[in-house]
Amino acid sequence: MQHESEIREPLILGHKSYHEISEDIVRPIEGKASKYWYMLLTVAILCFTWGICCLCYTIGTGIGVWGSNNGVDWAWDITNFVWWIGIGHAGTLISAVLLLFRQKWRMAINRSAEAMTIFAVMCAAIFVLLHTGRPWLDYWLFPLPNQFGSLWVNFNSPLMWDVFAVSTYFSVSLVFWYTGLIPDFAMIRDRQVKPFAKKMYSLLSFGWGGSARHWSRFEEVSLVLAGLSTPLVFSVHSIVSMDFATSVVPGWHTTIFPPYFVAGAVFSGFAMVSTLLLIMRKIYRLENYITIKHMEYMNIVIIVTGSIVGVAYLTELFISWYSGVEYEQYAFLNRATGPYWWAYAAMMTCNVVSPQLFWSKKLRTNLTFTFIMSIIVNIGMWFERFVIIVPTLCRTFITSSWNMYHPSFVDIGIYTGTIGMFFTFFLLFTRYFPVIAQAELKSIIKSSGQQYKEKHAHDHSHDH
Amino acid sequence: MSKSVIHAIFDDEEPLMASAKTLRSQGIRIKDVFTPFPVHGLDAAIGVPRTRIAICAFIYGITGTCLATWMMWYMMVHDWPTDVGGKPSFAYYMNVPAFIPITFEATVLCAAHGMAITFFLRSWLVPGAKAKNPDPRTTDDKFLMIVETKAESKNNIESLLRAGGASEIHYK
Repeated sequence: MQHESEIREPLILGHKSYHEISEDIVRPIEGKASKYWYMLLTVAILCFTWGICCLCYTIGTGIGVWGSNNGVDWAWDITNFVWWIGIGHAGTLISAVLLLFRQKWRMAINRSAEAMTIFAVMCAAIFVLLHTGRPWLDYWLFPLPNQFGSLWVNFNSPLMWDVFAVSTYFSVSLVFWYTGLIPDFAMIRDRQVKPFAKKMYSLLSFGWGGSARHWSRFEEVSLVLAGLSTPLVFSVHSIVSMDFATSVVPGWHTTIFPPYFVAGAVFSGFAMVSTLLLIMRKIYRLENYITIKHMEYMNIVIIVTGSIVGVAYLTELFISWYSGVEYEQYAFLNRATGPYWWAYAAMMTCNVVSPQLFWSKKLRTNLTFTFIMSIIVNIGMWFERFVIIVPTLCRTFITSSWNMYHPSFVDIGIYTGTIGMFFTFFLLFTRYFPVIAQAELKSIIKSSGQQYKEKHAHDHSHDH
Repeated sequence: MSKSVIHAIFDDEEPLMASAKTLRSQGIRIKDVFTPFPVHGLDAAIGVPRTRIAICAFIYGITGTCLATWMMWYMMVHDWPTDVGGKPSFAYYMNVPAFIPITFEATVLCAAHGMAITFFLRSWLVPGAKAKNPDPRTTDDKFLMIVETKAESKNNIESLLRAGGASEIHYK
């Protein structure tokens, strides 16, 4: 039996037995949904529907209905793509990197974080698939034999790398998530009495029984998938950043982009996980599993990554000055003082200044404050992508092509729609899927559960 | 000489582990154990050899590397070399830095999916498969050990299991 120091705070509160853990995880599925769930779902579906309308309008008419123009040809669309894909990264980071580091606190949050990854990558995919202009020809992105003499795709292009990176990332994350879900679906299947639910969970659980041989393979698969996903997640956002960095546009053509984008992705992703977990623990009363300690750990990751992002911003400014290249210097001067100075100011305030408040223990263990901060960080990270794209493109080399960008209602509509889609899927997930990896939690109850910690401490005091 | 199948149910993993070790030390073969969560060291205690699935993953990964290398060589260098932005595709080694990202992604893609498919098929975990646990409580909070034995030694095994802390014994 693994022993853990009593000084570490317990990760599972309340005196839970194995059976009580099952009961608590299944309650949202077997019980009636609360009125908050219905309220949130209604709002999410309304946003989603509006997004679908705007999407159909875009496909029917063309991307001329967006605010993008000849100078600023990448705008909201790519901003949203990078933002969503960045959010997705935290899920993989929590489940893969924290698994490799044997961090037990990941077990209460990895399931929902991975679900978040999958839904966020789906939202991101909508934007890249749409921005091609003729989405019905998107299969041209793949190296398929064709009637143009087999004119192949260009593998020297980072945009092509992106196609491979994002599709690999999505499919591998999906497999990782589903493999982890199987034992939990089996647990739900084995306690169902309603025939339809039993049938559905039987199908979903693939006949899992929990034999020792299967567990040993299951653990090996989780470990190797984590080992593969870790470099994968770094490669995906590095490649996204290379879409910009390999161009010759001042302000984009920098070698700092890959690490800076990855840190930003982790930063915004953890913020989104905090937002979702705080809502989920409230409406499903999971306070014993997603404890204040869990939120504090997440907030510490937010300080670290937020500070890395801050250092990256300052490095960019320094290097542009130090390079002596006037175009490079102008690009950064323009971001800070040009027509979109307010976006730059919002980015700096939300991403660099505000996370530093988490140095105070009182603030980082305050859940209301954490919730507000998680929203602020995501607004800040959206502005970061906006600042990189729009102010740069509205002031390029030739002054005659300088112009402003204003989003159209369609831009805003599709963005709202993806947020709606994300929350619709997430709410349905929380209602029908086990939101916490209960099998994993049962394996740590004896080292990190409150009653065992107290028992150890008690035994210990008797020794003296 | 008839065979007996014993299903012993435990309420906790510690007596299960101890009983498994006792039985094995007396040379009694344990057919299988069903647990609600992975119990560390149990596979070694009941004599399950270490899984070779990671070796499969490595082979799938190498296959992915080779496929991606061949694909990019064929499409960019052999079949129709193009010159985009002054970067001609004369030979594979000249362009190889630009091919590394996709080679890496293909390696991960093949290793991850290959391993997952191998795991599902080898364990026969497929949609519509029958639940493999003999007792539905083993996915919640019970631990079940299956021992196959000759009829004459079943009393000895039962007493060992009872002494080890089994809460229920069933004969199948």
